[in-house]
Amino acid sequence: MIAVIDYRAGNAPSVGYALERLGLEHRLAATAADLDGCERIVLPGVGAARATLDSLHHSGLIEPIARRVHDDGVPFLGICIGLQVLLDHSEEGDVDGLGWVPGTVRRFPDSLRVPQIGWNAVRVTRPHPVTDGLGDDAYCYFVNSYFADPADPEAALGVTDYGGEFCSIVARDNIVATQFHAEKSGPVGLALLERFAKWDGTC
Amino acid sequence: MLTKRLIACFDVVNGRVTKAQQFQDNIDVAPAEDLAQQLYEDQIDEIVFYDIKASAEKRKIDLDTVRRVAHHVFVPFTVGGGIRSIDDMYEVLKAGAEKISVDSMAVREPDIIRQGAEAFGRQCIVLSTQVKFVGIKPGLPSGYEVFIDGARLATGLDAVDWVRRGEDLGAGEIVVNSIDRDGTASGYDLDITRAVADAVNVPVIASGGAGTVEHIADGLTAGAAQAAIISSILYSPRFERNLGVRELKDALLARDVPMRPYVAV
Repeated sequence: MIAVIDYRAGNAPSVGYALERLGLEHRLAATAADLDGCERIVLPGVGAARATLDSLHHSGLIEPIARRVHDDGVPFLGICIGLQVLLDHSEEGDVDGLGWVPGTVRRFPDSLRVPQIGWNAVRVTRPHPVTDGLGDDAYCYFVNSYFADPADPEAALGVTDYGGEFCSIVARDNIVATQFHAEKSGPVGLALLERFAKWDGTC
Repeated sequence: MLTKRLIACFDVVNGRVTKAQQFQDNIDVAPAEDLAQQLYEDQIDEIVFYDIKASAEKRKIDLDTVRRVAHHVFVPFTVGGGIRSIDDMYEVLKAGAEKISVDSMAVREPDIIRQGAEAFGRQCIVLSTQVKFVGIKPGLPSGYEVFIDGARLATGLDAVDWVRRGEDLGAGEIVVNSIDRDGTASGYDLDITRAVADAVNVPVIASGGAGTVEHIADGLTAGAAQAAIISSILYSPRFERNLGVRELKDALLARDVPMRPYVAV
């Protein structure tokens, strides 16, 4: 059972539809009780960092998610803003994140067209069960004005070029997070979700 | 590198895709969910769905059809028509859309752009504009005027001024839809597309008039757009021969337009 965190600023239904297509058991989780018995957690996201964090705090879900992820070792997948909230701090709204991945979320320079919107190539930097088979230069769908800059370069499992290289997949212990929308990246993204659903959280 | 996007546009009436010419004479094409599924399988980059009667009929958007389309489409999906409030936007997003397109409503109440961007992020709000060349005159420096309500009502707004304001308010993408070219297959209006692309820093989408591969390539190069909205070329019964997504992409790649390559499945 995969819990898809459902909060006001999120796009849980889109992720739900993708899991449904893959025949993967899931439920939209809006309360702590919804996390009971789930073996995996997906934190989807669209939108602004502050609205997302406010919405998550308001839902009272942060503590229960953290317990499942950190204490029980449940595999966790963050998507888009669900990646960005994992870091210590975001320049977007000058807001503190969850701090699960040391580092900062920075804005693309104004010399670029921002937001970055569209399909861009992801280069995986090392073997990992969730990205195995993604292939070289897998095109995925991005919508972002900000990007993660993890303190530990090893935390970058995937990189993408937009006016310079940025981290497009973060991975650490039982946590993986994609800056691109896996649920909206066609067959490539669906394959990644399918691998996440089989992952036991070890690398 | 970031590739250019091909966006299939659906004008939806009663759950079915229709095709108009210059905002008139809509003819029936297919159920929206069937066409969406087919285009997804053909690896279209994105789909935009306009409930074209919602505004005029003063009703809410057709959420059932949005939901049914979202079930089949694992690429980005934008929805517009009949959006009047943040709550309307929220419902559309919950139905499975990624982005909200605002048009006439944003002209009447520009603050909806700011509110939407604040609640859901800038990337979620697409400002769609219907523009027409009426000639340069005082208050209309670009010569292009913004129209609303299915291209029926002139607003007096200059197209370039309006998109700049929309960007300032928080729009994450701008669609430039040429009223004169809509459904004519005579090519995008490259002048206004480029003028808008030069005026704003957010992505710009060319719309209205794509009838050939050359038109699309021109919109994405000379027109300086990041994405091209297409519809007739894909599925209009008025066309002698429609082209598939893969055929279009291969032809664009051959013209050095960067495109997401076809993935074997």
